[in-house]
Amino acid sequence: MKLIDKMINCTVNGMEITVEKGTSVLDAAAKAGVHIPTLCHLNLHDLNAVNQSANCRVCVVEDDNSGRLVPSCSQEVYDGMKIETDSMKAVMGRRTSLELLLSNHPQDCLTCVKNLDCELQSLAHEMNIKEIHYQGEKMQHPIDTTSQAIHKDPNKCIMCRRCITMCNDVQTVGVLSPLKRGFDVVVATAFHMDMGDTSCTYCGQCVSVCPTGALAEMDASSKVWKRLNNPKKHVIVQVAPAVRVALGEEFGYDPGEISTGKVVSALRRLGFDTVFDTNFGADLTIVEEAKELVDRIEKDGPLPMLTSCCPAWVQFIEQQFPELLDVPSTCKSPQSMVGSLAKTYYAEQNNIDPEDITMVSIMPCIAKKAEAAREELSVEGHYNVDYVLTTRELARMIKEAAIDFNTLRDGTFDQLLGESTGAAAIFGTTGGVIEAASRTAYEMVTGKELKQVDFKDLRGIDGIREATIEMNGTKLRIGIAHELGNARKLLEEIRDGKSHFDAIEIMACPGGCIGGGGQPYHHGDSNILKKRAESIYKIDLGTELRKSHENPMVKKVYKDFLGSPGSKRAKDLLHTTYSAKERI
Amino acid sequence: MRVESLDALKKWKDNIPSPDTKTIRILACAGTSCLSSDSDLIIERLKEQIEKHSLDTKVELVRTGCVRLCGQGPLLLMEPEEITYVKVHLDDVDEIVEKHLLNGETVERLLYTDPKRNEIIKAAKNMDFYKKQKRIALLNCGSIDPWNIEHYVQNDGYEALATVLAENSPQDVVDIIKESGLRGRGGGGFSTGMKWGFTLQEKSDEKYMICNADEGDPGAFMDRSIIEGDPHALIEAMVIGGYATGAKEGLIYIRAEYATSIEPLRKAIEDAREYGFLGENIFNSGFDFDLEIKLGAGAFVCGEETALIHSMEGQRGEPSTKPPFPSQKGYRGKPSTVNNVETLANIPVILRKGAKWFSSIGTEESKGTKVFALAGNVRNIGLVEVPMGTTFREIVFEIGGGHPDGKDIKAIQIGGPSGGVITEEYFDTPIDYDSLDSIGAMMGSGGMIVMDEDSDMVEIAKFYLDFTQDESCGKCTPCRIGTKRMYEILERLTNMEGDPDDLERLRTLGENIQSSSLCGLGQSAPNPVLSTMEYFAEEYEAYAYRTKKTKYSVDPEKCIGCTKCKRVCPTDCISGDVRQAHTIDESECIACGACYDVCPKDAIIKP
Repeated sequence: MKLIDKMINCTVNGMEITVEKGTSVLDAAAKAGVHIPTLCHLNLHDLNAVNQSANCRVCVVEDDNSGRLVPSCSQEVYDGMKIETDSMKAVMGRRTSLELLLSNHPQDCLTCVKNLDCELQSLAHEMNIKEIHYQGEKMQHPIDTTSQAIHKDPNKCIMCRRCITMCNDVQTVGVLSPLKRGFDVVVATAFHMDMGDTSCTYCGQCVSVCPTGALAEMDASSKVWKRLNNPKKHVIVQVAPAVRVALGEEFGYDPGEISTGKVVSALRRLGFDTVFDTNFGADLTIVEEAKELVDRIEKDGPLPMLTSCCPAWVQFIEQQFPELLDVPSTCKSPQSMVGSLAKTYYAEQNNIDPEDITMVSIMPCIAKKAEAAREELSVEGHYNVDYVLTTRELARMIKEAAIDFNTLRDGTFDQLLGESTGAAAIFGTTGGVIEAASRTAYEMVTGKELKQVDFKDLRGIDGIREATIEMNGTKLRIGIAHELGNARKLLEEIRDGKSHFDAIEIMACPGGCIGGGGQPYHHGDSNILKKRAESIYKIDLGTELRKSHENPMVKKVYKDFLGSPGSKRAKDLLHTTYSAKERI
Repeated sequence: MRVESLDALKKWKDNIPSPDTKTIRILACAGTSCLSSDSDLIIERLKEQIEKHSLDTKVELVRTGCVRLCGQGPLLLMEPEEITYVKVHLDDVDEIVEKHLLNGETVERLLYTDPKRNEIIKAAKNMDFYKKQKRIALLNCGSIDPWNIEHYVQNDGYEALATVLAENSPQDVVDIIKESGLRGRGGGGFSTGMKWGFTLQEKSDEKYMICNADEGDPGAFMDRSIIEGDPHALIEAMVIGGYATGAKEGLIYIRAEYATSIEPLRKAIEDAREYGFLGENIFNSGFDFDLEIKLGAGAFVCGEETALIHSMEGQRGEPSTKPPFPSQKGYRGKPSTVNNVETLANIPVILRKGAKWFSSIGTEESKGTKVFALAGNVRNIGLVEVPMGTTFREIVFEIGGGHPDGKDIKAIQIGGPSGGVITEEYFDTPIDYDSLDSIGAMMGSGGMIVMDEDSDMVEIAKFYLDFTQDESCGKCTPCRIGTKRMYEILERLTNMEGDPDDLERLRTLGENIQSSSLCGLGQSAPNPVLSTMEYFAEEYEAYAYRTKKTKYSVDPEKCIGCTKCKRVCPTDCISGDVRQAHTIDESECIACGACYDVCPKDAIIKP
């Protein structure tokens, strides 16, 4: 088809424009420089997360040919369409829908977790709502705090259904759906089960797209404050790779701005006694994982080996593919490895009673909260990690402590668990873990130095990617998936014997940890995720050492404490087990 | 026995014995309304008695579908004289057998008395109720045994299908239906032929023909009556629709609570398969088509075609934005045609008698007939099928016989919860899709409720809104929260807790819900309120300004002090001496109306 056949003409508020067939009214208006407010609409473009069920009706505009209001998010432009975004009818239609939503909303903005970060609040401001003309009964649903990770307050829900799109279409987990009808409709779990009893993976993608405070993380900051104010406690904190490229957004920095040094300083100012780097744990994970992979290749399986650092993904396989529990690597996640070593190796070296250590993680992730509470990751009731704070919770604590983030000087991580390589940095993005593992595995298998460390085939944004890496004539077949829906496809192929891989990396969130459920809200702008990913690779490129096994402190911990990769002690402290969980 | 051709079908038809003129054929109505008045027990008793008296050869008992005059049910039509017994009770059966069947006498006391002329009418066809009706959709309803395929065949059944498959291309059929001017009877009134044409145009390996039998309007029961009374007509129409649109599979979406419709439909589908009217190579034409029944859970919104399709797919019954239309992307993402039962019931008749014949009936833009479910403050309650263009006055006063007590009729509600009210100034409007639209009402599925002078229009609007806000699927904001807020305002008003600003609020909200809701349910939900607000503004104002009189009082000029009212008042709130004007203590009055009913002088003033 010629381009000219694909183009159609329309007018937006009288301005003539030409757009491609299939363009939505919303996009056509944007092309004409006309902004239409939206609420339920969400489009993460490359990440294939689209919610355009046209249910909020906040984006309606008038089709001047028919005189009807149409939802601009889902209505396609037709040739000759005359779009009026600012007719009285359109404005009143939008306004009424918004006022109705507000009339059924608690309006406790001052004390809401989403205050100043809420799309409903912004919209009320943008649409100049000064009075809500319709008042009446409000929803009265119980608040669900039964999971360790997600706080669900249905009374703040505006039924945009973005969470349902993420949970059902993108992640294929299917925990959330609308129940009941009419005014009583509520986004809920099957049979109103407690979130904690469902097959929720706690990936938090529902939270990351929720426009209001209906879904949020279970806030652990008050517990952490208590520990920080307890002089008997030695409070250690660690920071995940994806946090340092996102936290700055909460303080007015451009998306992707790297603020590692400021994060460290801020944590010290908050009163943490020791600031470790989860990246150290990432390097250690790679060394253990690469060893495990090499062993599994040599001992004929089980293959493929799947990465195990993503807790939502671990929950997912335990619940949905119990027959495949021998495929994930037994390695604990980096946060657990750091926690485990902090309470053993670090405690021993510094003569601290592990009982007095509180381990706090700063994570881009909500599922890490549930991971930290896993029995398997504890020794005699002592958990590797005691509290997990998301990037957002940390930002709130920094603000609460009146720390001027922007003027902070750069700090550096503490030893013994503070050194890291570029390979650890890229853990924060899809493809990063497997690339880091490949760098180490290559040298382990071949015994030769890897000159070109950038495995560009493993990078990108496609939901499922495949690549082959040659090592000493052996071809290592690698698969990568991000988003659990893609993971499911890949796993089904493996289960059914349709695909053969040696190693697979899976991350539950779109784009990997940079798009984690605990990160600053992207409000539907997928460019923010891209910027964060770019910065992750920038950190890798700017680091002198780019292979995990070259990390001098990793070498030291093996020499002083663990012995060799895969040793008995390493197995005890750094590896874990999985069990089938049948849930609905 | 497979029927392979039109000739074979006709041969079979000719071989089916017609009832002997000497035999008595009893058409016993087993429509839902009569069933609820024990017609099944009556039929059972008749059967026993016929056997007992060895009348089997002389009497043929036919259990039929709805005979339409529901208010007079249970009904028995005694052929060949066409004597009609009304309001038959189980206890009357023995007498009917004794007198009518054994002795050839008529049971006079069970005959219908025309209340206007106070004259006994023996044959149904002479009743005003039936005189102006014209049956197309309900053609065989109440005249045949729906469980017996021979009865349908005897009435030209499956001839249209045989002819179409032998002589017409799918495009021909689409053209015929277009030419007939048939429009969707389920509410929207869209051209059926055009709808079929859209699906035919689509290229796809799979297509579906869907029948919307999710009749949900309170009070409407024409679709269930068609399925109960003439299921083969629906099946024949579905096969023809499948052929015309290129679908090999048909689905009938019917609410599970319609058990009395589902049973005969299942039987009819089995019989149609047995005779080769469904299945492979129908009438040796090479065309394959089969039907499946899909049971719905009875949500009003599932009458909306996209919601219906989602429900059939096992999804939540919720509408989605159109386009894409079902003809492009319907059931399982394939091109689908969704037609309502009454629409389809017209199809075989149109094809038998021709598009010209059909389009000669009705008005300029609305052809054929429409079935209305007539109810409310009207003498003859039941199903009424009349040509398009019949006026409200004809339906309510001639067919319906007017108010049972002769009171003034204030309004007619048409179109159920999506419709509006018609006031007396429009009673002479010829009813069709466009005329209704122009006066702010809509055809809907044809519920027609007559309201007399005593009806409280605000309460009526509130009733409908209560229904729609409860039946809203909750997907889009205006319908989910907006209808709830409208209902709350109405509740405030009727509780005398409202204020004048509520009226403007109600109107503005209603208009915005109409304009911005996602589907037809939301877009039409405010109609009952907005139309009553337009025509009965004073009733709303009386509530809003709290001037509405809610208690009874006495007109002292008229009161003669007879004390009748005082004696019947259950709360003893009427006082006054004999031959003195009485008074009502309004604080104690419960507005039961007992005083009003007994007053011989019209001295009681109603609220």
